[in-house]
Amino acid sequence: MHKLPELSTVGNKIPNRQAICDTLMEAASADPSVVALCSDSRGSASMTPFFNAYPEQSIEVGIAEQNLVSISAGLASCGKKPYAFSPACFLSTRSYEQAKIDCAYSDTNVKLIGISGGVSYGALGMSHHSAQDIAALSAIPNMRVYLPSDRHQTRKLIQALLQDGKCAYVRVGRNPVEDIYSAEDCPFEMNRATVLGNTETPGVAIVACGEMVRPAIEAAKALEADGISACVVDMYCVKPLDKDAILALAPRVKGFVTVEEHAPFGGLGSMVSQVVAANFPRRVINLALPDAPVITGNSREVFDTYGLNAQGIIRAAKSL
Amino acid sequence: MTNRELAALAYELRKKTVDVIVGAKTGHIGGDMSVMDTLVMLYFKHMNVSPENKDDPNRDRFVLSKGHSVESYYTVLAEKGFFDFETYKNSFSRYGSEFIGHPHNTLPGVEMNSGSLGYGLPVCVGMALAGKMDGAAYRVYTVMGDGELAEGSVWEGAMAAGHYHLDNLCAVVDRNSLQISGETEDVMSHEPLADRFAAFGWHVIECDGNDMNSLDAAFTEAKETRGQPSVVIAHTIKGRGSSVMENQAPWHHKVPNAEEYARIQADLTSRKEAIENA
Ligand SMILES: Cc1ncc(C[n+]2csc(CCOP(=O)(O)OP(=O)(O)O)c2C)c(N)n1
Ligand SMILES: [Mg+2]
Repeated sequence: MHKLPELSTVGNKIPNRQAICDTLMEAASADPSVVALCSDSRGSASMTPFFNAYPEQSIEVGIAEQNLVSISAGLASCGKKPYAFSPACFLSTRSYEQAKIDCAYSDTNVKLIGISGGVSYGALGMSHHSAQDIAALSAIPNMRVYLPSDRHQTRKLIQALLQDGKCAYVRVGRNPVEDIYSAEDCPFEMNRATVLGNTETPGVAIVACGEMVRPAIEAAKALEADGISACVVDMYCVKPLDKDAILALAPRVKGFVTVEEHAPFGGLGSMVSQVVAANFPRRVINLALPDAPVITGNSREVFDTYGLNAQGIIRAAKSL
Repeated sequence: MTNRELAALAYELRKKTVDVIVGAKTGHIGGDMSVMDTLVMLYFKHMNVSPENKDDPNRDRFVLSKGHSVESYYTVLAEKGFFDFETYKNSFSRYGSEFIGHPHNTLPGVEMNSGSLGYGLPVCVGMALAGKMDGAAYRVYTVMGDGELAEGSVWEGAMAAGHYHLDNLCAVVDRNSLQISGETEDVMSHEPLADRFAAFGWHVIECDGNDMNSLDAAFTEAKETRGQPSVVIAHTIKGRGSSVMENQAPWHHKVPNAEEYARIQADLTSRKEAIENA
């Protein structure tokens, strides 16, 4: 059990994508089989330093996401460790079949890195939003789906992925996210959720992933202050979902609130509800984006419109 | 309007487009500037589409495949009278606006949504096929970026257009030779581009895409071509109109600061005046 972390509001201005670049650069210097691929996306992926430092381990494919993923699979089948970077919207839908056939079905060691995920691109609209990537990628057998919450966890996740030989999809956002953990204190076990706060007598469990973990922790603190004990499940491993973490809490809580930057179907909320309903029925409230193109605005404005913030989570928790 | 007047109008609309981008603090200025002359030539001389006939099945169709150049496209649509320029300028990309950062077909004058590159041409193949099925006289136009040509779907569409001899289809490539990561020939090369399209059964026309006479002749030639789709490879300068941004990759989507804004507007004004006084 880990305490709810102190949340510093000053400091981090590093987006998770930059943590990926840093971690891969360390790995690339020791392992020439680590290869990065971009589709006119190296700037938005924060991968320019990697491309400059390791030109022999960098491949540019131009604006061609399907090519990006299939080329990665070919590289992987010949022993390389490809990391394919593209905006999550294009990577998860344009190259969906390549992910299904060439990565998952052929069982190649391709790591798909979806950058600027969710509604990071704000007013650029639905073509640039990836609100269905969790559902789409999770539905593919042999594909794993990860949404790390901050740069420290992102780093640990990439280090773990470097050690395995199977495909995975990682979604990160565009904007810097405030730290949740620290370099010294970032509890991480691969494919195990990080459970924070009161797990002995929680009234409510808030299950979140990616950028939603931070407001979940803020909400849990506010609920505690109001006399409602709460814990937060940082489910960065959306697939394989850490069912044990959910089922350990189910008998102790009144209900669950799930929060995700995703469509209301087939994402974290659907998966948690499925596990809870099948094993230990409890109320589960799913907070998500609407089943519609989202309102024009930056991601903060979009989150606030649909209650994907601490207030929205508190409201849902109190209604349990 | 004469081609000289159209050229001056294009500079006027560039100025307005820069205002939109600076006001919204977002936009894809480089490609807006390179493609402006093409859009003005199409909407004010070659295409039969306006607010009056926007629902007429016989109107010409246009799809902005490089949807990120929405700012210049919307400025042209506003100038055509499809919607109010001030409303667009003051709400573009703002909270709750219907003017989002890519073409959206709930707005009058916009046929198809775009933003994900590589879709305009195949969609236009469908529109052109429908025209052939119906024996309709309308023409179909799309504008693609040159970086966009790396998408395989472009070449699937090109193959189908050649196969079906779609002479009612005209594709424009805004050949500014730049994309986000740098020069197209370094990122993913396209040359010999004309030969590639020709090999797919297209009639290829190369022109100076920032010169109205050259564009005018190109679209006239495309209209007169029978039995083949036409592609206009419009050689342009990304960021066209101001030395602050011309031919510089970072100006793909940079927003000018106050000083840059002043210099850009001054440059655009003097180019416009030079045309008017020529
Ligand atoms: C499928 C897809 N991949 C990536 C992008 C992101 N993107 C937007 S503009 C752009 C560069 C476009 O370059 P180019 O086609 O040459 O256009 P232009 O130079 O006219 O702006 C990229 C990669 C996108 N919009 N769609
Ligand atoms: Mg270009």
